[in-house]
Amino acid sequence: MKTLEDSKIFSWLHSRYDLSGILHLLYHKKVPVHKHTIWYYMGGVTLFLFLIQLLTGILLLMYYQPGENSSYESVRFIVNKVNFGWLIRNLHSWSANLMIFFAFVHMFSVFFTRAYEKPRELTWVTGVLLLVLAMVFGFSGYLLPWNELSFFATKVGTDIAGAVPVIGEGIRTVLRGGEDVTGATLSRFFGFHVAILPALFTIVLVVHLFLVQKVGMSEPDFFKKLPDEKKKFISFFPDFAIRDALLWLIVLYLLIFLALFFQWDLGIKADALSPAPTGIKPEWYFMFMFQSLKMLPPHLGFIEGEVFGVLFFGAAALAWMLIPFVKFNSKKYTKERIMLVLGTLVVLFIVSMTIIGYLL
Amino acid sequence: MGNNGRRKFITALLSIGGLGTFISAFYPVVKYMTPVKSGKPSVSSLKLGKLSDFAKNAWEIVRFGRKPLIIINDENGKLHALSAECTHLDCIVQYSKEEKMIICACHNGHYDLNGKNISGPPPRPLKQYKVNIQNGEIIITKKEDG
Amino acid sequence: MKLKLNLFLALPALFLLFNLQANAFSTASQDSTVDNCIACHQDNDNMPDNYNPEDIHYKVGLSCFNCHGGNPKTEDEDAAMDPDKGFLGAPSKEEIPAFCGRCHSDFAFMQQYRSEVETDQESQYYTSQHGTLLKKGDTKVAVCSNCHTAHSIFSPNDPRSSVYPANLPETCNACHGDAEYMKDYSIPTNQYKLYKTSVHGIDLYEKHDMSAPVCNDCHGNHGARPPELNSIPRICGSCHVKNLNYFSSSPMGKEMEEEEIHTCETCHGYHDIQKASDDFIGTGEKSFCIECHDEGDEGYITAAFIKSRIDTLKLKYSTASDDMNNVIIKGMDDIDISFKLKEARQKLIETRTAIHSFDTSQVNTIASQGIKLSNEAIGMAQKEMDEYYNRRTGFIYSSIALLILGLALYLKIRTKNGKDKKA
Repeated sequence: MKTLEDSKIFSWLHSRYDLSGILHLLYHKKVPVHKHTIWYYMGGVTLFLFLIQLLTGILLLMYYQPGENSSYESVRFIVNKVNFGWLIRNLHSWSANLMIFFAFVHMFSVFFTRAYEKPRELTWVTGVLLLVLAMVFGFSGYLLPWNELSFFATKVGTDIAGAVPVIGEGIRTVLRGGEDVTGATLSRFFGFHVAILPALFTIVLVVHLFLVQKVGMSEPDFFKKLPDEKKKFISFFPDFAIRDALLWLIVLYLLIFLALFFQWDLGIKADALSPAPTGIKPEWYFMFMFQSLKMLPPHLGFIEGEVFGVLFFGAAALAWMLIPFVKFNSKKYTKERIMLVLGTLVVLFIVSMTIIGYLL
Repeated sequence: MGNNGRRKFITALLSIGGLGTFISAFYPVVKYMTPVKSGKPSVSSLKLGKLSDFAKNAWEIVRFGRKPLIIINDENGKLHALSAECTHLDCIVQYSKEEKMIICACHNGHYDLNGKNISGPPPRPLKQYKVNIQNGEIIITKKEDG
Repeated sequence: MKLKLNLFLALPALFLLFNLQANAFSTASQDSTVDNCIACHQDNDNMPDNYNPEDIHYKVGLSCFNCHGGNPKTEDEDAAMDPDKGFLGAPSKEEIPAFCGRCHSDFAFMQQYRSEVETDQESQYYTSQHGTLLKKGDTKVAVCSNCHTAHSIFSPNDPRSSVYPANLPETCNACHGDAEYMKDYSIPTNQYKLYKTSVHGIDLYEKHDMSAPVCNDCHGNHGARPPELNSIPRICGSCHVKNLNYFSSSPMGKEMEEEEIHTCETCHGYHDIQKASDDFIGTGEKSFCIECHDEGDEGYITAAFIKSRIDTLKLKYSTASDDMNNVIIKGMDDIDISFKLKEARQKLIETRTAIHSFDTSQVNTIASQGIKLSNEAIGMAQKEMDEYYNRRTGFIYSSIALLILGLALYLKIRTKNGKDKKA
């Protein structure tokens, strides 16, 4: 079979630039085959959705005009005047949501297989960073159509950021570009969304991908214990890649389907003077935090409930990111047990809070 | 079917499907990038055609984005562009050639050609727009002062 | 020679006159001449209660003696306020209209201050309810100073003025809202309270619309009195022109006037005129028509018909606006629909005005236009929604392409797997 090395272009490039490093990254990696192989695909799907975001985002930029008097109008223009504008916008919205969903799935699959352990600590850290960045992406992008719901959600969201002790007020003012959510906030969020975040995200993503290729796929415990002759592998390229391609195709199809049959509303233009509509909800991936903050009592001892919640989530996210470096000195329980219980609790917490948030 | 034939079939399928997928992704993008005729999402000025095509002592209602404007060419050939929404209840006003005034059919509000409310229920004047003539063409723009 | 002499005599005389005039009007400026009225009254702390140095008279250079007489130049109290030398002092209430009228009824004098000026306030006043009663010796009634104040007088266009539109209702209410003060007159004292809740009062106080009618716009100011029965439609009609035109050309309007039935007021009330409701017409509980018309008579049928047309139009219009809102929320193009709806809304307003013709055919013509426009808007909204849900052309083609590619990839994986197994 014809391989990459046989192609003329490749040999032309190879003879000049020595691509063996890249080849090595591609070929040396072997993907273990076992009953949990499916989880190896989740990161790839997330990456694919990010690429879709990049493409559709660039396309949206061609027509989008940030500004109090133009944001909403230009999105409306994209949706109902520009050819396939509705498709691009809906793909962008759907892909954003799916990307965060798959990032969560990817993260928990890594967590439960304890793939973050040595030598993949930094892969985990960059991964958690990427998820946080993706959520900030979502938060900033949500405001850009400048409709009523996003306007008030941003108000609430930035208010929560203001609850951080000492620096909270400052963060809120910087985020909003003033005391209140105004056109200045819109310009700022636009800047974050199309310049700062993509740059940061790309850098972290490149490091993350490089580390993944460099260190290779993690093998779960039961697989490691197998005798060598019973371990089955497929090559990352082309065998795994072709499966990836098939899955990406399926995801693309799902995306198009969703974009077609479940279009996102544009809503009513934001008006700072109109009263807040009832039932403002953040995007679903913030719901568990939003709901927990809402359920906290106004005072926890000497500290305000909301402040406690914000500090708690901040600390939790940091701890979560640093999990690979945590050492346990318990004789009674193994680290595996502790992590399993912890992970299950976290998932249960997130899922139940999200459900409560939507039901109440 | 031999192994060779099967491989050829798959390659053909791969090429066709790949090409098709590429086209179905590329086509919307190309169409998307093609500018649409119906203008811009928001409006700051409006071209109204040649001044010479506008009869004297005539008027018409035109759209300025989401706002209706009344354009009046008075008997002296001076153009007036004003918001066409009556300040009383937002009805569309009209020009009365007999009275040489802008009137609102809903409650008989009267405005002069500068938009000043003269009689009837309108509480405020009509907003004026700027009329520019460039190379014989009428261009309406918003006035700076709100 | 004779002419020359005359001129010779006339010049000093003119000069003298000019000088006097200048003196009379320049006392308020920082002239060397001291105004002893103010100086002395200020020293003794007995300036008038409501004295305001911003007062319009004082501002144009008129001082105490211009109204009250006396001599401001002398420091001798007795000489300054010598009745024999023209000191008038404070006028009694009966004297006030004439007291102010000395200048305000003198066109030539008033014209010095403003080119266009009305000088009929005093004569108007004596035609008013206030003036008529004053003549009969009733001193409880309002005179000039009750509305304009005595020493804090401003132009009616000045927001500080007691007769500035936004302040006027309270000025009238100072007496008319005082039940104790008004107890000798058999008129209500809740006008101001009612007015505040009226559509006009809300326009004035909540929307700060200074063109909203206040007391004097219906009752007159200097000639204030309750409007005559048959002048009601014309007074309301001075703003609500179209309504008046419809009303006075209708057979019912004429009959009401002839039979001296209260016209506009019958349905709309007066001081507490509320925003008109469509339920005023028809045969429902809140309808005014059924107060006179009985089931089966012509008026009853007319009322029912007009009501049904307006209800249909309203329903169509609200359906159309709901549909347009949906179009907006979906992000589809609503501009054409919104213009169509504006026209429909206009027809709804015109229909409501045309009700005052009490003529089924006039109402029907306009209402039908509105219904047609609403239906068109509904159709346009439907088209937008159809387009929204029909953006699926091309999906089938791309589906086929994606399916083929997917199949090819799948087969490729299968072949590989087979090979791996064999190996």
